[in-house]
Formats: sequence, structure tokens, C-alpha cells
Amino acid sequence: MTAKEKPKLAMYWASSCGGCDISVLNIGDKILDVDQAFDIALWPCVADFKIKDVKGYPDGYIDLCLFNGAIRTSENEEMAHLLRQKSKVLVAFGSCASEGCIPALSNLTTKEATFKSSYLDNPSTDNPEGVLPQPVTKVPEGELHIPVFYNTVKTLDQVVPVDYVMPGCPPEPPQIWAVLEAIITGAELPAPGGAIIGAGTVAVCEECSREKHEKEIERFYRPHEIVPDPDVCLLEQGIMCMGIATRAGCGALCPEVGMRCAGCYGPLDGIVDQGANMVSAIASVVKAGSGALAGIDEEELAREIGKVMDTIEDPSGTFYRFSMAHSLLTRVRSNGDGAQDGGGR
Amino acid sequence: MDEKVGVYVCHCGTNIAGTVDVEEVATWSGEQPNVAVARDYKFMCSSLGQELVEQDIKELGLTRVVVAACSPHMHEKTFRGACERAGLNPYLFEMANIREFDSWVTDDREAATHKAKSLIKGAIERVVHHQPLEPLPVEINPNTLVVGGGIAGISAALELADGGFHVYLVEREPSIGGHMAQLDKTFPTLDCSACILTPRMFDVGQHPNITLLSYSEVEKVDGYVGDFTATVRKKARYVNEELCTGCGICVEKCPQSVVDDVFEAGLGQRKVVYTPFPQAVPNYPVIDRENCIYFQRGKCKACEIFCPTEAIDFEQQDELIEIEVGCIILATGYDPFDARRIARYGYGQMANVFTSLEFERMVNAAGPTEGRIVLRDGETQPESIAIIHCVGSRDQNYNEYCSKVCCMYSLKFAHLVHERLPNAEVYNFYIDIRSAGKRYEEFYQRVLAEGANLIRGRAAEVTDVARLPDEEGKLIVQAEDTLIGQQRRIPVDMVVLSIGIQARHDATEVAQIFGLGCDFDGFFIERHPKLDPVFTMTEGISIVGTCQGPMDIPDSVAQGAAAAARVMSMITQGTVMMEPVRASINADQCSGCRICNNLCPYNAIVFHEDDEVSEVITALCQGCGSCVAACPSGAITGAHFTDEQLISQVVGVLWDVRQPELVPAEEG
Ligand SMILES: Cc1cc2nc3c(=O)[nH]c(=O)nc-3n(C[C@H](O)[C@H](O)[C@H](O)COP(=O)(O)OP(=O)(O)OC[C@H]3O[C@@H](n4cnc5c(N)ncnc54)[C@H](O)[C@@H]3O)c2cc1C
Ligand code: SF4
Ligand code: SF4
Ligand code: SF4
Repeated sequence: MTAKEKPKLAMYWASSCGGCDISVLNIGDKILDVDQAFDIALWPCVADFKIKDVKGYPDGYIDLCLFNGAIRTSENEEMAHLLRQKSKVLVAFGSCASEGCIPALSNLTTKEATFKSSYLDNPSTDNPEGVLPQPVTKVPEGELHIPVFYNTVKTLDQVVPVDYVMPGCPPEPPQIWAVLEAIITGAELPAPGGAIIGAGTVAVCEECSREKHEKEIERFYRPHEIVPDPDVCLLEQGIMCMGIATRAGCGALCPEVGMRCAGCYGPLDGIVDQGANMVSAIASVVKAGSGALAGIDEEELAREIGKVMDTIEDPSGTFYRFSMAHSLLTRVRSNGDGAQDGGGR
Repeated sequence: MDEKVGVYVCHCGTNIAGTVDVEEVATWSGEQPNVAVARDYKFMCSSLGQELVEQDIKELGLTRVVVAACSPHMHEKTFRGACERAGLNPYLFEMANIREFDSWVTDDREAATHKAKSLIKGAIERVVHHQPLEPLPVEINPNTLVVGGGIAGISAALELADGGFHVYLVEREPSIGGHMAQLDKTFPTLDCSACILTPRMFDVGQHPNITLLSYSEVEKVDGYVGDFTATVRKKARYVNEELCTGCGICVEKCPQSVVDDVFEAGLGQRKVVYTPFPQAVPNYPVIDRENCIYFQRGKCKACEIFCPTEAIDFEQQDELIEIEVGCIILATGYDPFDARRIARYGYGQMANVFTSLEFERMVNAAGPTEGRIVLRDGETQPESIAIIHCVGSRDQNYNEYCSKVCCMYSLKFAHLVHERLPNAEVYNFYIDIRSAGKRYEEFYQRVLAEGANLIRGRAAEVTDVARLPDEEGKLIVQAEDTLIGQQRRIPVDMVVLSIGIQARHDATEVAQIFGLGCDFDGFFIERHPKLDPVFTMTEGISIVGTCQGPMDIPDSVAQGAAAAARVMSMITQGTVMMEPVRASINADQCSGCRICNNLCPYNAIVFHEDDEVSEVITALCQGCGSCVAACPSGAITGAHFTDEQLISQVVGVLWDVRQPELVPAEEG
């Protein structure tokens, strides 16, 4: 009794927090439909597979591979190449795989500094001998190898070609199900080649029901510094909502409940650098010099503008929280001075 | 991308060829991808140079053209014209500036040649992404709005009206005339100001082609060149213009007088119902609501009781009028510098320190003293007068610029004093005498010959603290006489402060209404300081007279006429063609975030509340690019400045720089 061969599904977890896997499980009982439709070829989070199993598959054996996580180690990179080879359709799933996300913020510093804060300076770490991960360790039995920790975090598409990108940190369950359902039912997908799926084409503001007015911002607030008006656009109230510069698809979940959009769905079509784009938009609506600019000298004006800008905490972490690896910045110069103390403010 | 680009490298005589190896640059350009032909030529802008381009377009079928020469400000139009004549869309052309940006800024031949290549490479990479654009035709409404009825606005209005075109002249004060109406004689010819001005004011009042809206202000302007709608607030005069005959009985009967700070510059008084001066146009009085006894205390109505035509109307309300015009001429004039700001000259502290405007009123036969030069007590004739030039001008602490008219009117004052008080001594304290202008120097020589004492030095202070017996009871002007290198103290009876010209206090607000820019001194910014001094960057709006910068009456008149001529040429053409380099919003990509909404200096962006998207009104947009840069959704495109075009140009300019590795190689 041989049922028709089911298509093969893989989900892999590179450098990421695990939220993407949870989000897939959050599609609820639809997961049973997924199980019915696919054979699982690799999904370390839910079943036990070995790399050698994957290596054993013929090329293109996997029909759909959802690859989440950034490329941070030699193992991540190796798996990226392997899964590219074995998959018909490779999806950069979630913000880490598509844009670098939180791991890529360490591109603002160096590997050495990252190790120092993780293994040496961290208050909850007890490491009196100052042991740091070594790719190769000699032991009486021979050599032990662990993956090499890279200096720079990359996105999946900076390492191998990807067919689709599914943004979000994590991608929202309804969007995940919509994409899986489309695949299960054989609905037409956009042409591959890095096309965005499972997200909107307009900015988050489109989905946000807050009232929007012309904007003039006199100072910025961090979330704990202000109780926002429940009906008005957060950005207008001085809360650095990235909704204006972020792809919709989430349903504006955060701004709807009074939290600023942090930008996890990434930039819109045609935008090269989400952070720069946001900065340029913000710079355009900062209110300084109280209208009448004639007579104010440039230094005075610069001071006024500086006063407003000083209320922005952690600019790189705010504007590039998700998009550092894919931005024009990419990373700090690894030989530059900024690298040692962590680059951004 | 497969285009046939023609590259033309101009020698500009030796301007470029003297520093840049133009032959080498042309040869190199010919080797670049997409380039079908590259030539160098002595003067590309000459008719032969242009023909070269035209010929190649026709014979070689060029689809794009790059000229490497001077600044596009100089000749972009020239070469666009050449392309168009040969049948190529003019926007498929790009200019590389290898003169101002290159040959003129260095003597290093090698570096200059290298930079020329980079600039040309940028232009080639950019031009292949150019798209053909069509200019926008706009119809011109033949009516014109002139704002401000000083001499500049009057000149503009009369030129247009005499040419057969209708003008709406909006003046804020009860009468037109502006500052010129306050003056007595005018330098250098000493014509009586009123004698030459009032006939023109009268013409304005009578002209069938002029609708005069006095005591009115423009509150809002919508639309764009050819089709502006201005909303004008006609303030309540409390006098019915239809019934008033201008007989003046109300003024005579009004029991209340106040100091006239405007027309009499504080030197005289006026009634609460008043016309600013006898030859006012229009001649209907205005009730000054704030000082009117009836409005303040509910009783009086003397004017109403005596008016023979029942023209007084205490119930009158402000009126909002909408005017549709094709062009706008701003002539809002200047504010005199406030002499109180320089405390050490003692204006407002010491009675016999006067401003120049007060002095104009004093020497005016129709003024409060009937032309007698007297001290503040209204009786005593001064025996000595000091005139201090450059008050508030050419001074880092106040206005750095020269007000241009003060030297000349100060000399005029010296002359008038000699004429009226032959025995009085006059001392002019000056920094430099600026008498540039037709017959101005001659006038200066004449005043010198009349015996004025010119002391070269900025007056340090005016004091009434005497040190010597002959200073007792006098005002003492202290100054360093830089010609003899000595401090001098000159005791005088009267001091006149020659206050400068500055931008109107509300110039920025007015600029905002009309979508103009102000410079750092507050004056409106012209399109080009030399070649286009009366037009502004906002299509269809001109600026004339002292709202553009300090100038005298002849220049104000000339500017008024110049703007009128430009407007008439636009009206007679019927339509104007506007640059298509403008922004547009892709509604499908717009999230309605409203970031762009208040950015546009020309108010070109509107937000549609119903479908929550923004739109650029094409005719209003001037292509500045502010909104393009700001839109976080990438929904706004600037035609001729698309991301693709700009990035390609940058990549081209950096042709010889190592390709940056987006992701650095791993050290493993
Ligand atoms: C003391 C003194 C003496 C001078 N003597 C001479 C001289 O002898 N010879 C000479 O050539 N020059 C002289 N000048 C210079 C001369 O006054 C100016 O060149 C000339 O008056 C400029 O005219 P204008 O039309 O530009 O401005 P203005 O005369 O200032 O006229 C502007 C008009 O616009 C109106 N207005 C302003 N704002 C608005 C608004 N928002 N809406 C509607 N209306 C508005 C004003 O009420 C005013 O009527 C003298 C200047 C001073 C200060
Ligand atoms: S709150 Fe954020 S998402 Fe909502 S309209 Fe404002 S900027 Fe856009
Ligand atoms: S900034 Fe862009 S997205 Fe926002 S309203 Fe303007 S055009 Fe729309
Ligand atoms: S480019 Fe944008 S901001 Fe600039 S004039 Fe046009 S619409 Fe206004």
C-alpha cells in the first residue's frame, strides 16, 4: 500500500533565538494539516535527524526548506550550503535569516569583544581561567573541533541564493499558515529569486488604526517615559515607532497595543537601508528653531536640532535592530577604533 | 541596457583644456561601455559645437548625450536644445561639470584629468537610466495679484494695467504709497516725493484695470502658476466705501487723537477716524477700533452723527474675498531698523535724538511741524545737528549688510538743513560714503561744497553728560575720526539716526503663505542674484522692491516694471511650459503615514483623508526632493532623480575605487 509520495519539508535553525520554530507551532491545530501534507525531512526542533541523514538525500530532495537564523558560525554556513543543495525551494525564514536581526547587531563590534562580554565580563559567568571557545582543542584522545565563530554575521542570502524571503521576528502565524496553505493547495507563488512572501507591500501604518496627522516632533520618549494617547499615532507623540519604515504583514500588533513598532518586518520594496530611511524620515519632521528660521544662526540651529536628537536613545539599536547585516553599514570596520568598545552609542 | 551614448568633452578655450588633458579624456570616454562616439571640441556651446551633437544624433543614431563642459546652470538648456532639434528628447542628456568642479579648482593636470574621467563616467552611467520627459503646459490666468502698494508695487500694477491686464492690488494699510509717501525730498535730484508719487497713486485709484483692496491682507494662497487662488481678508474700516465721499468731516469731528506711529513715524498725531495723509488713495477713512471711544466705552459716535452720507457703519465685519490670478508680485517693502536696539545712541532716552524717518516727516511741509526743523519741544531751532550714518547697518551686532540708501539720504538731510537753517552746523558721522548711482557722487560733492562737516568714524555713543563747559545742555556725539586718528566729542542740539532698511518683521510668515524662501536676513530669495533678480524659485511669484533687499526708489521702480514685463510675457504666451523634474507619489505604495505632509516648501503635498494617501500636486512641485528623501516607504519618486539614476551616477564616479565587499571575507 503505497500512498502518493508526500512532498518533503525541512525547517532548520541556524543562529537565532528559536522564536521562529515556536511561531510555526503557533499556527495551532493547522500543524496537523502540515503533517498530513508533508513528510518531515529535517526539523531539529521537533524530531531527531543527523547531518549525515541530510547528506544522504539526493540533491533537490527537500521540496520546501524554511531556514531560520543568521549565518554566524562555520556550521551555520555549512548547513546553508548543504540545505541549498538539497532543497528545491529555500526560504529565508524570519528576520535573522533575511536581515541579520539581533545577532547582526554584534557587527557593531568584533568577535573578540563579543567573547569578552559573553565569557569574561558577564556577571553571571564564572570563568576564572578565562577559557574562550577554541575551534580546535587537543585532548589525549585526539583533536576536538567546534564550529568557528565568525567576526561578521551574515544573512542567508549573503551566503547562498534563496528563493523566497519571509520577514518578521518572528513571522506571524497567520502569515506562516497562509504561505504553507498556498503551497499545500498548489496556489501560485510569486516568481522565486528572493521574492518576499507572507508580508504586505505597504508600511505598517497602513494596518495601524491610530489617527495620523502632520508630524512635528519636539522630543522623543522611550516607552517607559510616557503614557501614550490611545488613539493617536505613536510617532507623533514622540515614540520612535518604526511603522513608517517597516513592511506591513503583522497587522500592526505592536502599535495597536501602544508599543512602538520596532521594525521587524524589514524595509519596503525599493528601500536599500531601513535604518537610514527611518533616520531621513525622522530628520524631516523634527521641530527645531520654532518655525522662524530667519535670523537664527546655523550654530544655534544645530544646537536646537541636537537637543531633539539627543533624546533618541541607542540610535543603532533603534534604527537597525533587525536590518544591520543587510544595511549599507553592514558592520563597523574591524580594524577601526569603534570596534573595540562596541561601535554605536 | 544597450544605449548609444555620445560624449563631448569641451576645451572651453583654455579654461578646461589648460588643466585637463581633454584628448586623453575623450579617447578614454570612447572606450567606455555604451559609448558610441566621444569627441573633444574647442567650444561645445558655439553653434558649431552644438551642430556636432545634432549631426551625431542624426547620423549615428545616438540615444543619449553627455557633454562634459561647464556648470549646467550655464549651458544645460543650450545642449538640451541641441538634442531636441535633432529629435532626441532633451532629458536624455546629461552634463558633466569639468570646469567649476574640476579645471578651475586645481593646477594639478594629472589629478584634474582623472577627476574629469570620474565625472564623465558618472554622467554616462546615469544617462543610460534617463527617461524621456515631457514639459508640462500650464494655462495662465491673465489677472495678476500685486501685494503691497509702495512704489515698487504701484509701478508693477500700473505697468500691467496700462498694458491692458487686470490687477488686484492688496495693501495692508488704509492707503497705498508705502514709505515713499512719508519722505520729503528724494535724493539725488531733490524732487518732492509726494509730487512725483501722488499722481501715480491717483492713477492706481482711478485705473479701470486695477481693483484696489486697501486695509487688506492675503491670508492664504492655493494653486500654482497660472492658477492661483488667494484668500484676502478685507479688514473692517467701519466706513461704507459706497457711501463715503471722502469729505473728512468725521475726521474733523472725532474728539480723540493718538500718536501716529505709522505714517508720522511717531512724530505727530492723528485722529482715531483717519486717513493717513491728505492725498491718501483710497480716500476713505478708517476707524482705529482699538482707540475708538465708541468701541471701547460704548459712547460717542460723533463721526456717525456728523457724516452727511451716513457712511459710518460700526457693525461692519471683516470680509474674506477669493481672488483668482495667474501670477503674483510681492512688493511688501521693508521695516526701518528699530533705533531703540542701540541703547548707546539714546533714542527714546534723550528727547532730541530723532530717527531719520521722523526727520523726513519733520522737514516735510505737510508733516507735523509743517517743515520746520525744531527740537522735540516743537519750537527751538537747533544750531547744530549730528547725522549718524549706518545705524543698525554694517554692524556685526545688528545687520551686517549695507542698507544702501542711508548715506544718500543722510547727505540729503545735510543739504535740507543748510537750506532751511543756513546758520546751523551739520556733522555727518560716516564709515564710508557709498554714493554709487547716477548723479549720486555729484550730489555728494555738492553737499560737501555746501559746507557739511563729514567725520569719518562710526559714532561710539551719544550722551548728555557734559565734560566741558561748552557741552553743557547739549548732546555730545563721541567718535573716533579715523582720518586724523583722534577721538572727537562734538556737542550738538539735535541728533538724527540714519536707520537702515531691514526685512519686514512678518516676512517669514508672509514667505510661508506664498511658499517662498527667506535669506538669513529675512529678505525674500530671488531665483538668481544676477540673472533673475525678480523671479523666485516658486514659479509665477516675483518679488520686487525692498522686500527682496535694500534698494532705493529708482531700483524699486525698475524691479516693479521688470516683474510686470515678465508677467505680461507669460500672459501673452497663454501657456507656459514647466520643467517636468518633479515628484510623484505611487498611491499603492503610500501607507498614509503623513511624514511628507508638512515638508514641502511649496505646499505641493495634499493628504486625501478618504483613502488615506498623500498626493503631490504636480504643477505646484518644484522638484526640490525633500519629500523624496523623507518618504520611508519609498513611495515618492523624483523624476530625473530616481534612485537608480543617482546610485548609477555614484557608482560611475567611483569607477576606479575598489568594489567594496558588502560582506568582508572571513578570516576563518
Ligand atoms: C529715512 C529714509 C529716507 C529715504 N530717502 C530716499 C530717497 O531720498 N530716495 C530714494 O530713492 N530712496 C529713499 N529711501 C528708500 C525708499 O524708502 C525705498 O527705496 C522705497 O520706499 C521702497 O519701496 P517699496 O515699495 O519697496 O517698499 P515700501 O515703501 O515699504 O512699501 C511696501 C508696501 O507694502 C505694504 N505691505 C507690507 N506688508 C504687506 C502685506 N503683508 N500685505 C499687504 N501689504 C503689505 C506696506 O504697507 C507698504 O505700503 C529712504 C528710506 C528711508 C528709511
Ligand atoms: S503608531 Fe506607528 S504604525 Fe501607527 S501610524 Fe504611527 S508610525 Fe505608523
Ligand atoms: S511619506 Fe510616503 S508613505 Fe508617508 S504619506 Fe508621504 S508618500 Fe505616503
Ligand atoms: S519634491 Fe516634494 S517637497 Fe519638493 S517641491 Fe516637490 S512635492 Fe514639494
